[in-house]
Amino acid sequence: MRETAVVAFAQTRHSAVDEGRSEAELILPPLEEVRAATGLRRFGFTCSGSCDYLAGAPFSFVSALDALGAWPPISESHVEMDAAWALYEAWVRLQHGDVDSALVYGFGKSSLGDLREIMTLQLDPYYLAPLGLDQVSFAALQASATGAERAELDEIVRRSRADGRANPYALDLPDPSGQDAEVAPLRPYDIAPITDGAAAVVLAAGDLARELCERPAWITGIAHRIEPHYLGMRDLARSVSAADAARAAGAGKGDVDVAELHVQFSHEEPILREALGLGEGTRVNPSGGPLAANPVMATGLIRIGEAAARVMDGTANRVLGHATSGPCLQHNLVTVMEA
Amino acid sequence: MPSSADPPAPLRARHVLEFPGGYTRTTGPVIGRFLTEMRDGRLVGVRTAAGRTLVPPLEYDPDTGDAVTEEFVEVGPSGTVESWAWVSTPRKGHPLDRPFAWALIRLDGADTSLVHAVDAGDVRAMRPGLRVRPRWRAERTGHITDIESFVPEVTRIVSEVRTEYTVTPGLALRRFLEGIAEGVLIGCRCGTCHKVYVPYRSSCPECGVSITEEVVVPDTGTITTFAVNNLPDPRAPEVPFVSAYIQLDGTDIPMIALVGGIAAHEVRQGMRVRAVWVPEEERTMSMANIRWFAPTGEPDVEL
Amino acid sequence: MSNPCAVIGVGQTRYTTKRRDVSLAGLVREAALRALQDAGLTWKDIDAVVIGKAPDLFEGVMMPEAYLADALGAAGKPMMRVHTAGSVGGSTALVGASLIQGGVHDRVLVVAFEKQSESNATWALSTHLPFSASLVVGAGGYFAPHIREYIRRSGAPEHIGHLVAVKDRRNALKNPYAHLRIPGIDREMVESTPMLWEPIRYLDTCPSSDGACAMVLAAQDRLTGSTPAWVLGAATRSEPIFRAGRDTVNPQGGKDCAADVYRQAGIVDPRREIDVAEVYVPFSWYEPMWLENLGFAAEGEGWKLTESGATALDGDIPWNASGGVLSSNPIGASGLIRFAEAALQVRGMAGEHQVDGARRALGHAYGGGAQFFAMWMVGSDKP
Repeated sequence: MRETAVVAFAQTRHSAVDEGRSEAELILPPLEEVRAATGLRRFGFTCSGSCDYLAGAPFSFVSALDALGAWPPISESHVEMDAAWALYEAWVRLQHGDVDSALVYGFGKSSLGDLREIMTLQLDPYYLAPLGLDQVSFAALQASATGAERAELDEIVRRSRADGRANPYALDLPDPSGQDAEVAPLRPYDIAPITDGAAAVVLAAGDLARELCERPAWITGIAHRIEPHYLGMRDLARSVSAADAARAAGAGKGDVDVAELHVQFSHEEPILREALGLGEGTRVNPSGGPLAANPVMATGLIRIGEAAARVMDGTANRVLGHATSGPCLQHNLVTVMEA
Repeated sequence: MPSSADPPAPLRARHVLEFPGGYTRTTGPVIGRFLTEMRDGRLVGVRTAAGRTLVPPLEYDPDTGDAVTEEFVEVGPSGTVESWAWVSTPRKGHPLDRPFAWALIRLDGADTSLVHAVDAGDVRAMRPGLRVRPRWRAERTGHITDIESFVPEVTRIVSEVRTEYTVTPGLALRRFLEGIAEGVLIGCRCGTCHKVYVPYRSSCPECGVSITEEVVVPDTGTITTFAVNNLPDPRAPEVPFVSAYIQLDGTDIPMIALVGGIAAHEVRQGMRVRAVWVPEEERTMSMANIRWFAPTGEPDVEL
Repeated sequence: MSNPCAVIGVGQTRYTTKRRDVSLAGLVREAALRALQDAGLTWKDIDAVVIGKAPDLFEGVMMPEAYLADALGAAGKPMMRVHTAGSVGGSTALVGASLIQGGVHDRVLVVAFEKQSESNATWALSTHLPFSASLVVGAGGYFAPHIREYIRRSGAPEHIGHLVAVKDRRNALKNPYAHLRIPGIDREMVESTPMLWEPIRYLDTCPSSDGACAMVLAAQDRLTGSTPAWVLGAATRSEPIFRAGRDTVNPQGGKDCAADVYRQAGIVDPRREIDVAEVYVPFSWYEPMWLENLGFAAEGEGWKLTESGATALDGDIPWNASGGVLSSNPIGASGLIRFAEAALQVRGMAGEHQVDGARRALGHAYGGGAQFFAMWMVGSDKP
């Protein structure tokens, strides 16, 4: 495996409402930031993640190309997934050895439509989607299966929101309160907020990484795994694919100082902690995590970026960035990075 | 006896033969078994000595006259339509009161076909090999009509998918549309490559840097290339219509817009055109303010 | 350095207007199982799955890798979904190959598909957000002006497009998977069809098809099946659609992408050194235009090459022996079909549309406003 590291990370100041920027306008500042941080204008490979249904039109990723200054023509690709998978594709490309740098970005405006209902469209189109099973409902099915304690979930939300308030890029949300259920056992505050935002990451290999960054976050393991889709055909109380991905990425080979987890519903944190084998000593989501800012399609990339940033700023030595896709933690990606 | 509702004409009378309450037909053991199973919501056939499964069961092998065995087997419930006849106007007494198909149906496991009705909805739904299943009546008595009709197996579902969004144009496009509302075309100049783009945009596609310098561009330009469209479009007044790449004077990139005020086949590459705006009082914040671009009459530009 | 990657299995479905008899899972499984069978493998032998398709709006199923994971034997494995507009079929193959070349996996299944009859391709392609400054027209309306400019620059005579329309459909008659089967097609028939967007007539355009295509890719020490096709070069290029001075007739992105692939494969003279090319030609005139863009003919001369018959099945540089996009177009799969057909040619497995002795073949895909390009070269000899 070729030495590859995250050498730069930037994100928007995420917003809870549509601030009137197009997706291309949203991604431009983070792109400018990582280009300035690395001094690179051209990259060996570029890859992005976004979702047409979020944007309300097909080919929505095309306009984002304008923010790149793709001239002369660039080697570039796109996944219709969270940009964490675009980072994975870029990491794979760097393994070939002929290019040394990659630009990765992701963006999404959840404010445009009804995210809960849009996510229904990802479900089995014969047996699940026609039921109108919305995202909060299927998350609630998993929450119910885990049987997590209300006090534990409240503390996860309280901690995440407090950390989010301390994070200039995340939303300022008040301490959780209120007892009404959204879809029991989930309460409204157990659910990540609707957020618009974007993020960019630069990966570099070997010597170039050392040139571009004082303390690169070296990727010592990266892997993803997917599970069967239908909710009744897997154990919703556990995340087998997160555990498999963590094993394949070598997460358990040492202590994890900081783990940024793609937790969109509070009950997902205990499931992931267990699946990823995180101990008491691991600080989870110091950024506040998705419960403090959830720019869908960039959220997973931001977990990797935030975890990497803890290495780059010297506050951690070994970190884990996690991303998820599909209903009820069906598909999980784990990145392990070290100083 | 003549009905009092129909006064008879001279030497013409209405006459009915009807055994009140209907005939009582005993079934014997084989038909009786079939109908008993039907009353229970099941279809069965009977085995002949030669090994064929007859549906509906008879007491005898139709080919030889020999008695059938006593072995009954469950068949179906699904079957395959072998042939059919479509009834557009059902008669009283037909199984259904809406258009339907008479069909010969080979139930799964049977060696002979059952005659019954298929409620397919539309004759176009009937096709060779169509798979069907019985629609059982809720109240059954042991009668061939305990099956109201057969219906095609499900081969598709219709899924309504509708996602609703509240969209905004983005900062740059909003600025451009503000200009359009005033009858002005706002472009921009990239500070790095100095190219002039219209409509106004936030970043230069070539340089990837933010653009801040606005440039008002004239509404005259040159057609660089165009399409003559023969398929109707709601935004175009008629067919054929021309959609053209128009490079406005002083800009470095064409816009795509309608060309009007000239027959489609007279449009030329290099032709000079000017925007035809809708009257001020009809203007909104949209490109509909420009009805189309029409020829200015100036000589063509050499491309 | 990058590891060699081989194509050891290819599977396709019979392309047709509507596949009424299968679910979405059924459609992709059909192609995937054929590819696995060709490679002599089962689901268990695959390490990773990569799927690609055009916008999810076509089927109304968002991010379908979630629903299709277990259908493609991917439970417990990594799975990706690529989306690069019309070039997606090609990009999907390249993402799959990248996993092998990067030494990350040994056997990858790539599948691209579209079941566009579940809605309507014209509708799906013409949805757009409100607040557009430019007039947005359908695919043919978008490309017709660039064809017009090509004709102006090159002086090509009017009938050139029709020659391609006939050639590709005649080739399709030799491809059991092809959608359009028009025996007796000739220039007169094409010229008698309605003019849609000048100069594009009805039979100058591609059909709308349902279908899926799959390939099994393998590392050099994990070969199975009969004959491998080796990836000799692979590249993607993208360029902005609205750049001042952009050449839409002969896009730089296409030229650069081809140059990169040729360099990797050691090709200096594509016309002479490539035996057969499967090129994304959705409107007939794109053959002469791409002949120039891909360096098979000098600028302005592409139409002469087409007119000479050189690109026919019995010519010296057959293009689209399979019938091409003009004969079958499940949008998300079309790019992968080009890459797969190129592989079939150098494996000697293209059946009736085999080009004799083909040892090097080009697969090409493009998408968007002719701004996304994905290409690969495959050959019978290991690099």
